[in-house]
Amino acid sequence: MTTASTTTAASNKPRVIGLAALLLAACALPFLVSNYHTFQLTLVLVYAIALLGLNILTGYNGQISLGHGAFYAIGAYVAAILMNSFDVPYWLTVPVAGVVCLAAGFLFGLPALRLEGLYLALATFALGVSMPPLLKYKHLEHWTGGVQGIVIMKPDPPFGLPVNADQWLYFFTLAVALVMFVLGWNLLRGRVGRSLIAIRDHPIAAEAMGVNNALYKALAFGVSALFTGVAGALGAIAVQFVAPDSFSYFLSITLLVGIVIGGLASISGAVYGAIFVQFVPNIADQISKAAPWAIYGVFLLGFMYLMPVGVAGAIRIGWARFRRRAAKRQSSEVVSARLKQPLI
Amino acid sequence: MDAFLNQVFAGLANGGIYASVALALVMIYQATHHVNFAQGEMAMFSTYIAWSLINAGMPYWPAFFLTVAIAFVLGVLVERILVRPVEKAPVLSVVVVFIGLLVIFNSLAGWLYTYTIKVFPSPFPKEPLHWGDHFISAHQIGAVGVTLVVLALLYAFFRFTPLGLAMRAAAQNPESSRLVGIRVGWMLALGWGLASSIGAIAGMMVAPVVYLDPNMMSGILLYAFAAALVGGIDNPAGAVLGGFIIGVLENLLGAYVIGNELKLAFALVLIVGVLVVRPSGLFGRTLVTRV
Repeated sequence: MTTASTTTAASNKPRVIGLAALLLAACALPFLVSNYHTFQLTLVLVYAIALLGLNILTGYNGQISLGHGAFYAIGAYVAAILMNSFDVPYWLTVPVAGVVCLAAGFLFGLPALRLEGLYLALATFALGVSMPPLLKYKHLEHWTGGVQGIVIMKPDPPFGLPVNADQWLYFFTLAVALVMFVLGWNLLRGRVGRSLIAIRDHPIAAEAMGVNNALYKALAFGVSALFTGVAGALGAIAVQFVAPDSFSYFLSITLLVGIVIGGLASISGAVYGAIFVQFVPNIADQISKAAPWAIYGVFLLGFMYLMPVGVAGAIRIGWARFRRRAAKRQSSEVVSARLKQPLI
Repeated sequence: MDAFLNQVFAGLANGGIYASVALALVMIYQATHHVNFAQGEMAMFSTYIAWSLINAGMPYWPAFFLTVAIAFVLGVLVERILVRPVEKAPVLSVVVVFIGLLVIFNSLAGWLYTYTIKVFPSPFPKEPLHWGDHFISAHQIGAVGVTLVVLALLYAFFRFTPLGLAMRAAAQNPESSRLVGIRVGWMLALGWGLASSIGAIAGMMVAPVVYLDPNMMSGILLYAFAAALVGGIDNPAGAVLGGFIIGVLENLLGAYVIGNELKLAFALVLIVGVLVVRPSGLFGRTLVTRV
């Protein structure tokens, strides 16, 4: 596993400026590109939230999950059923989906405490595989709509804002994503985050330091599911449609690929991973219509060879190398300046 | 009762297939401590090679053994060229490489051989065997027999040959093995080759039943993975037994309890239940880690 990133107070100023510029760019983008691209960007934000959730569990806490698609599906279906059967406004469904997934994740996290590594991978995979048939199940059809799924209406922009529905959805998702990222950042940089990392790196030592391993691991599952569930709800609203087959185990694998490509145990990695998950299949499809997935596989291999610790990890290593080199140049300049000084 | 017995036999036959793929997974796990997600797709690809050979006019058994040899070379090449560069990368990065291999093999097979379903011949006689009132297809018995033969051969290889001993040593303690002159890197490659060969045999046994298409292994790999873990991932015999258990369980559950749509989900839930009670599988060794 990679080491955790630590923010030093000294490097905060350029970081804040960079983030502000990024936010500004994110706000300007939907006015510059077509509605379809705006929709794609909305999905990038949705995936970023889901990947952040999975990263809390797998990257920071070291529990592998091959079944996070299930929590995504639960979030999506909670939102869809609430809107379809109970006429709940769309913005209210997002927190409800989060709370439902928090409970589901915590409950699944309890038996998962006994399992590690591959066995945990199988257990979570079982969760991911069981979800689509469960959603198709006859006796739940009244709620879930069976194989056909549920169609949702696209929400209109409120207060007479001068944006179209796609742009409004993008801004709504952006706002939720901001809130979730600030929440995640706050959670991970403090005591809880350190406990999670300690459990990942050395569970026995963590226990000896007074960390309640069982509680924190189960909570990590819950919080991770919460993030993914919120993403699922947003995704359902953006796509305006939920059906069992869009949440196959392939979604879970895609999410895992996303966090590894983006960078494990890194908050910004979630965004890089989301961009990969959303756009690389399209690029692969453009390169070769005959065997797009082979191209996608080649992309996966290439990324792992060039950046075995993910995009965020590669950027971190590159940045550290740049700083070291700059520091070395500076110190060698100082030395040579001193050497040029006359010896008294 | 008759129907029940027939279900059990059908389950055993499916179980034999799960068992042989599980065996391949356990092999790679023993040699490298990785679970190869691309195992099923490599097996499927090898089966396509066998299909090409048979279609080119080669008799079944020569094609069979040639495919096993080609699969061996394929496994070694994949290890040498594709897996070795990420040897030192984090575990999850290796997992992503395996996922990449999975989609590449799947997509290549679809591209080279198209997605249309193909009939794959069985080496065993067509007419079913009689045993009292029961009918069992010869292919099912044959597939189970082949699995058992492979298991016996593997056991003999690892137990009685110097090479087998060297492979076990390389997996258990790479540093010390290197000190006594075992070429650990090549042992890993050999492990991949063997696993690929076993996968090819499994593929050729399963193809007559489910027909040959690029996605034929996806469900089977899942069951095999479950079988390997239920039996204990470090125990080949346990994996084979796990395969048979899952095959029978799956068939009986599908026929009598919950119907076909939920049988996969239910089988997996059951497996998770077993794992929660016995976290290292039914026959796996409990790992004791030194702090």
